[in-house]
Amino acid sequence: MFVYILRRLSQTALVLAITSVLVFGGLYLVGDPVEILVNPSADQIEKERAAAALGLDKPIHEQYLTFVKGAFTGNLGNSFVYARPALEVIFERMPATLELAFLAMVIAVVLGIPLGLYAGLRPASPVSKAIMAGSILGFSLPTFWVGLILIIVFAVQLGWLPSTGRGPTTEFLGLQLSILNAEGLRYALLPAVNLALFKLSLIIRLTRAQVREQSLLDYIKFARAKGLSTRRVIGVHLLKNIMIPLVTVIGLELGSVIAFAVVTETIFAWPGMGKLVIDSIFQLDRPVVVAYLLVVVFMFILINLVVDLLYSILDPRVRLADVKS
Amino acid sequence: MSVAPAPLATIEPAQTPWGRFWRQFAESRLAMLGLTMLLVIVLIALFAPWLAPQDPYDLTKLDLMDARQAPGAKSMDGLTYWLGTDGQGRDMLSAIMYGLRVSLMVGVLSGVIALTIGSIVGVLAAYLGGRFEQIVMRIVDIQLGFPAILVALILLAVLGKGIDKIIIALVTVQWAYYARTARSAALVERSKEYIEAARSLGLSGARIVLRHLLPNALPPLIVVGTVQVAHAIALEATLSFLGLGLPPTEPSLGLLISNGYEYLMSGKYWISVYPGIALLLTILAINLVGDQLRDVLNPRLAR
Repeated sequence: MFVYILRRLSQTALVLAITSVLVFGGLYLVGDPVEILVNPSADQIEKERAAAALGLDKPIHEQYLTFVKGAFTGNLGNSFVYARPALEVIFERMPATLELAFLAMVIAVVLGIPLGLYAGLRPASPVSKAIMAGSILGFSLPTFWVGLILIIVFAVQLGWLPSTGRGPTTEFLGLQLSILNAEGLRYALLPAVNLALFKLSLIIRLTRAQVREQSLLDYIKFARAKGLSTRRVIGVHLLKNIMIPLVTVIGLELGSVIAFAVVTETIFAWPGMGKLVIDSIFQLDRPVVVAYLLVVVFMFILINLVVDLLYSILDPRVRLADVKS
Repeated sequence: MSVAPAPLATIEPAQTPWGRFWRQFAESRLAMLGLTMLLVIVLIALFAPWLAPQDPYDLTKLDLMDARQAPGAKSMDGLTYWLGTDGQGRDMLSAIMYGLRVSLMVGVLSGVIALTIGSIVGVLAAYLGGRFEQIVMRIVDIQLGFPAILVALILLAVLGKGIDKIIIALVTVQWAYYARTARSAALVERSKEYIEAARSLGLSGARIVLRHLLPNALPPLIVVGTVQVAHAIALEATLSFLGLGLPPTEPSLGLLISNGYEYLMSGKYWISVYPGIALLLTILAINLVGDQLRDVLNPRLAR
């Protein structure tokens, strides 16, 4: 177990190093941030001074070396735009993204598992067919377009829910969260539903497939033969066994929800780190883009690792050495 | 190792493999609906220059007086804007037809390139094994651990805008799916008797892989392919919407939707909604066909 975690962590370091080289080298080739940052009427001397201040006058390998040295001390460089450490800017925005991702996952799980369960237990009923048709639609609907439709219907036409910004926040454990008060929750609802839709379809389909597969197995027949109530057979025996693949997928999807928040945050002007990175890409704010990608890639690897460990706890048959990264 | 002689195939009454495939495919009405929709969409995209009421990118035809007209409004010279006009007085119906061309082209082209690269790498991994297979599969595993949008975002932040760049990004995102599928399909096929027979006939490795292994590994690749083309089209639209994909000179459906975003709050819904419906119908049609293909081509469900 210890060796396994160690090996995974060393792999993490490798992936992070490769990402940083790729992104750093690549960004170096695109555009000149000085042109965007400095007043257009500035003369050559002023531009050079600005470039020197940002460390952009040095050759790329020196810039990268400075970056790596900083990275080991927890400093991923200063943002060109905010003139503050890039990590600080990102961590400031992170709670907004995380609460949105969390709320979206809750919506997807709370609705998805019961719907999938129903569709799996009564595959022939018209309601099940409607659920499945809905899930194909949910798969096919482009997330960003659904976001626009939600805005048109609930914000513009009906005027029920706000569609831009984050609303008031409440402090909790030092974090500013808006899902903890009613008004903030109203602001979070449309973006969260938008983000949840795709995952909801996924969880419905997965739960249904699992139920269909498991309910044919002997242990279910045996539990029924023993005279257990349907409720107990489904609630205890079936649910316990379909949970194993579900937990894996839910865990892994949490990461993808964080990545997809880029789109939702842009549509709903939600001030999270996804919107930050899109703005930073346009403003050629390289340190923020590099730091964001490294932070998200790191979070991702961490989530994958936790899911794998969780998997081995939930299912004693799985041995960690067999689990692919 | 003794190999039992294969039982003689039961002869089906006058039915080609294609005929059987088609009969099974046509069993689902939904799939047939999807196929019909897909055909219509492809035809519209192919013949857009002849079908569209207006050439949306001929600036001399555009009239700013006609900007932001509601659906059904008449233009100055008597043309009806069935789906309204955008901020520059462009007929939305024509813009959507041209947009479909770009979206489909990007989706299919990136799919075909990714399929080619991925299946060659995957089949080679299965055939060669050893170090090559280990390295390739490790890269595939790591890449598939990340969501497509993140990988595409990294690439486009680095590469910049352009139709060639978005295709590079989409191919990079997709090849791993094909590589994984091709490898597992090839691993199954490799141990079968016809490959052994081909080997004992003294055929060259390249011939065995290209003429014998690859065609038999194709069905699962086709299934992955349909799903992936739908994904590619949706991903391209998303990236273009974010302003990271195609340049405004080659507006795909995603870019059209993005253009309408600024008019949303003032209730001018049609600029974003109709291109979105076109996008939705395209993806839906591909998914419906793909769902049925998966069932028909799945050997475990073979009838």
